[in-house]
Amino acid sequence: MSVLEISGLHAEVAGTEILRGIDLTIASGEVHAVMGPNGAGKSTLSAVIMGRSGYTVTSGSITLDGVDLLALSTWERAVAGVHLIMQYPTEVPGVSLLDALGEALQYRGRDASDLADRLKAEADRIGFEHRFLDRPLNVDLSGGEKKRNETLQLAVLQPQFAILDELDSGLDIDALRDCSRRVEELSNDAKRPLGVLAITHYSRLLNELRPDHIHILVKGQIVNSGGPELAAVLERDGYAAFTDEDDEPAAGSATSSLDDLFRI
Amino acid sequence: MLALADLQLPTADAEIWRYSRIAELDISKFEIQHGSQTVSGDDSFVTTGTDADSSVATPDVFAEYNASHQQTVRVDIPADTSVSEPIVIEFQSADGSATFPRTVIRLGSHASCTVIERFRSVGDAPSLTSPLLSIEAGPGAKVTYLAVNDLNESSWQIGHQLVSAGRDSFVRLSTITLGGYYTRVRTEATSKETGSAIEQVALYFAGGDQMHDFRVIQNHVAEHTSSDLLFKGAVQDSARSVYTGMISIDEGAKGTSANQTNRNLTLSEGAWAESVPNLDIRNNDVRCSHASTVGPINEEQRYYLESRGVPPEVAERLVVLGFFDEVLGRLPDGDIVDEVRERVARKLSIGVSS
Repeated sequence: MSVLEISGLHAEVAGTEILRGIDLTIASGEVHAVMGPNGAGKSTLSAVIMGRSGYTVTSGSITLDGVDLLALSTWERAVAGVHLIMQYPTEVPGVSLLDALGEALQYRGRDASDLADRLKAEADRIGFEHRFLDRPLNVDLSGGEKKRNETLQLAVLQPQFAILDELDSGLDIDALRDCSRRVEELSNDAKRPLGVLAITHYSRLLNELRPDHIHILVKGQIVNSGGPELAAVLERDGYAAFTDEDDEPAAGSATSSLDDLFRI
Repeated sequence: MLALADLQLPTADAEIWRYSRIAELDISKFEIQHGSQTVSGDDSFVTTGTDADSSVATPDVFAEYNASHQQTVRVDIPADTSVSEPIVIEFQSADGSATFPRTVIRLGSHASCTVIERFRSVGDAPSLTSPLLSIEAGPGAKVTYLAVNDLNESSWQIGHQLVSAGRDSFVRLSTITLGGYYTRVRTEATSKETGSAIEQVALYFAGGDQMHDFRVIQNHVAEHTSSDLLFKGAVQDSARSVYTGMISIDEGAKGTSANQTNRNLTLSEGAWAESVPNLDIRNNDVRCSHASTVGPINEEQRYYLESRGVPPEVAERLVVLGFFDEVLGRLPDGDIVDEVRERVARKLSIGVSS
């Protein structure tokens, strides 16, 4: 059992504070969704967890089973057990999936000798055509194929935690279903259940992924946390209520009145 | 015979020598000698000799000296003859030598062959190698040529390539340059007759104090000809590179298609790459494109690989090899691709640690 803990996290980009005190605790096998409108800080959250350059943590901590992730570089965080599925996976011309994952496994001290077979097996499970396995990473793939490719990598690398940054963007409904189901399977794995942090704007992902916990992120703060019922309310009313409330000067009182909103 | 002491070096004031290291060349340090020249593979149509040769144009003083002091490998493929096994020429320059290898490739109509030429140094001290390549492809002929420069990092190479493509012929010129202190190749590839196609690809990677310098003309004389150029290079440490290219299309060359792409990675702060594509088009009925980039490794690509758990130096190696993949895919089949990949990887790791 592993725990990814984000505590009192403040972060800025180019001198502007984007995250203003985030607290989140995710355990193995749990699926958490962080939802928020544009500009809430969703992408910043995933970038800060992975240690992307250009994002500065000004206070707070991120730990994985007590290990200080903020002290590690991006690749070390990945090796430590946090995997990012990117919103827009980058095209890397001339670099094959096999080469990239072969290196990635090697630096995890894991055997890569049967990697080609594992990739094929995973490709079958996720509906990723074998011919795409030989393409350079993400080059000439559709949005749906890119996300299947990302999910395939997740399944092969077997991290403790996955950050899904807008998994549903650029994705057709079939691909969304295939990717979500695979992530859900991994989170239900009896031996090493995956912990999931799904960051998303739209609730349609949640119809497929079925999170245990939903957090509403507005202007760099989590203004509400609850169970799956929160998604239904959001689906109906949108973010308007949250953003309006957030304009109130006292954040504490805003949170309590939001609770009222969801007491249906 | 022209004596080396009489050689009047050009100066960097001339546009064609701009950015070059020609001012640093101390010709008195070298002595004209013959290098070791061997031919392997299918040598059925190969002859060698050292007789002075004035059959090939001499665009500058180095080509003139080559005409006077050359050691020639002549490949004459008769009409309708296809040589499938590559002809491999190995040329080695001794320390302190000035050598003038010459490779003359003539293809009769519908003949085909592949020629691979490798330049190496015997020792670690400077030498000057001034090769000349001449290719004339007859009607419907098909030729692939690859030059691999493996000279030591204190040596000079100042080379010429002259290509003339006949009717409906296909010429592929490829270059791998990893060696030399100063390696320069000047190429004039002429689409001389209707329907001819010329492809040029190059991979160059300069580290330490090296400089790689390419001056290329895609010269279209006849109508309905095509040329495609892809040069990709990387520089690290305090190395330098220059690419100057020109697509030149004559008034009569209607229906021509010509592409010129030069991309450069600067892998260190102190490294420098210059890229100057030019167009001189004198006919309206043509399709031309040119693209040129100089810049560091794409940060997004590096981050993507790092986020999979790949260390930065490995991510850089993957991205650089990936960058070169497009060129490697267009080299003649064989072990050369794996060899070049391995050597580029090794050179990168040496650069990182120094």
